[in-house]
Amino acid sequence: MPVIQLILLPLAANYEVRNIQLSIVDHDHSGYARALIQKITASGYFKLNSYVDSYKEGLKRMEHDHVDIILEIPADFEKTLIRENESTLSASINAVNGQRASLGAQYLLAILRDFNREIRLKWVQFPKFNPMPIIQIDHSFWYNPMMNYKHFMVPGILVILLTMVGANMSALNLVREKELGTIEQINVSPIKKHHFIIGKLIPFWIMGQVVLTLGLLVARLIYGIIPAGSIFSIYLFSSAYLLCILGLGLLISTYANTQQQAMLISFFVMMVFILLSGLYTSIDSMPQWAQWVTKINPITYFVQVMRLVIMKGSGLKDILPHLVSILGMAVVIIPWAVWNYRKRS
Amino acid sequence: MKQFWIFVKKEWLHILRDRRTLLILFGMPIAQILIFGFALSNEVKNSKIAILDHAGDDISHKLIERIEASKYFEITKVLSSDSEIDAVFKQGAIRLAIVFPANLSADLYHQNDVQLQLISDASDPNVGTTLVNYMSSIINDYQNELIGFNKLPFTIKAEVRMIYNPQLKAAYNFVPGVMAMVLLLICSLMTSIAIVREKEMGTMEVLLVSPLKPTLVIISKTIPYLVLSFINICSILLLSYFVLDVPVKGNLFLLLAEGILFIIASLSLGMFVSSIAATQTAAMFGTLVGLFMPTLMFSGFMFPVDNMPIPLQWLSNILPSKWFFNIVKAIMIKGLGFSAIWKETLILFGMTCTLFIISIRKFDKRLAL
Repeated sequence: MPVIQLILLPLAANYEVRNIQLSIVDHDHSGYARALIQKITASGYFKLNSYVDSYKEGLKRMEHDHVDIILEIPADFEKTLIRENESTLSASINAVNGQRASLGAQYLLAILRDFNREIRLKWVQFPKFNPMPIIQIDHSFWYNPMMNYKHFMVPGILVILLTMVGANMSALNLVREKELGTIEQINVSPIKKHHFIIGKLIPFWIMGQVVLTLGLLVARLIYGIIPAGSIFSIYLFSSAYLLCILGLGLLISTYANTQQQAMLISFFVMMVFILLSGLYTSIDSMPQWAQWVTKINPITYFVQVMRLVIMKGSGLKDILPHLVSILGMAVVIIPWAVWNYRKRS
Repeated sequence: MKQFWIFVKKEWLHILRDRRTLLILFGMPIAQILIFGFALSNEVKNSKIAILDHAGDDISHKLIERIEASKYFEITKVLSSDSEIDAVFKQGAIRLAIVFPANLSADLYHQNDVQLQLISDASDPNVGTTLVNYMSSIINDYQNELIGFNKLPFTIKAEVRMIYNPQLKAAYNFVPGVMAMVLLLICSLMTSIAIVREKEMGTMEVLLVSPLKPTLVIISKTIPYLVLSFINICSILLLSYFVLDVPVKGNLFLLLAEGILFIIASLSLGMFVSSIAATQTAAMFGTLVGLFMPTLMFSGFMFPVDNMPIPLQWLSNILPSKWFFNIVKAIMIKGLGFSAIWKETLILFGMTCTLFIISIRKFDKRLAL
């Protein structure tokens, strides 16, 4: 089941912005207008959806979500540009999805800048000795040169999988015994509390490692993701992480009386932690108080470690601070769970 | 009929006595809205960057000042050699490194041509691209100042207008999503668990020998959740309006009516799951994995549907939540009326009826055994 999710989820989890539906209102029909349109569609990011006669028509299509951007080229665009050295286009963007709109705007403006430069070069002969100082920018993208979103999401999804499986199973386990009443048998036995809890932890810990292995295999076979760093660091960290998460599940189960409560509470806690872990949105853009919460959130550390080791090839040294934090949390959570579990209540 | 309402009252008492669950049922949408509204943001700001300055002269200092002043970047590391770049990326300490070549001022003033190097961490491709774009615009602005007031000839300006959401608030996209998710979760999960719990505990038999028709027994279980979910819709809308400034541009009653339609669809889904599950665990997993996870993944709430491979896009069309999500977006954010969404409403209505009839039929058969 987690394997199916791991296979399907990265296929869906693609924040890349492409197939931007473009609708053009061309009042000019000049050579430049056509060249610009061709350049935009050739970029691969935009799909020419329709030529419309007026902005109103384009807006109607936008209302039905058929069109993302309406580009309006004014009449005499080419003539104005040549005679008055300046001409203005208007782009209206469907901004319901803010991120998509912002990236769409960035792409469009970049293409426009390029087009502008081409036109300038055609008309203006820059002398060999450049009178204007030009700062060129050479940019390189490291660690993910193919800009593949799947490589970025898969480590994160692995983390979610492991977390949900671990926390839910350990939370439900204890509570089911409470509900069915078999817990009484255990309560009257001479087994010590901490032995009992540890006994519950171990099988799930093993299962967690198995799920992790399965996940890494799927990532390797289906997505071609080979960890750039050492796999040993991954397993080392996951061992500590599983202790922490399973402990959390157990802690929740000591507070719940029915399976329904346990499931809801663990679901709710996990959801809050996943959202505030930097998995979907970056921690840098969070307000101060949220950043504090991410510091006590075990998922934050695991996501960072997975991304560091798999995508950047970080080593044991680099993840040492994360490891220490996770162990610290486990050391707090598990004794708390043991203490909270009352044999006689 | 009076018997029916007595059963409904009994179900209400069950629910009200379980304080913890109630807390979560009401608290979850509130927490989600608050987190999404205040903590999560796709905006790129305060990104940690590193500077490697080989030049150390006037121009590089000016540029560094500009970068420091910008809200997009936070300079956290100053490096002294190329070899440190990789290490500092690997620690996860920075997302972008900017390298100023030696002799920067000399080259710029004498040869009018220098090259700065930007290295960005493309693990998250969108963030990598955005950071490079922002940094480039800061550098370009500075360059334009150096050029002075010589305007470059043949300039094409673009006037960009953001429609429906001029401030690019992320809230506009996720409030409808949170609504769909919470309604689906509460209605399907809670209903299925409630029904299966009675089966598991054996108290279902007691209910069945009562004079009320079996299908009405089941329906009586769903009514409290309908009311609960309706309260949740209202709390989500109130929160979004007062705390997040997300308005309801369209007709409020239309929105509430569509909400009730979707609630009934989710309740039917819950009933369906409970008719095939024998234990509470099975019901829980069935609802979560079979309903909730696909909804989360494929309904367009978290990830854009257009980017998915075609078979998954078909899958997303089967999910009632996808249609509801689009309907809510159209009414709340775009302010459109019924004429724009009648197609989606019809599809949702059809799905609801089908699901309801199938679940009821299934129960008739099962309970008769």
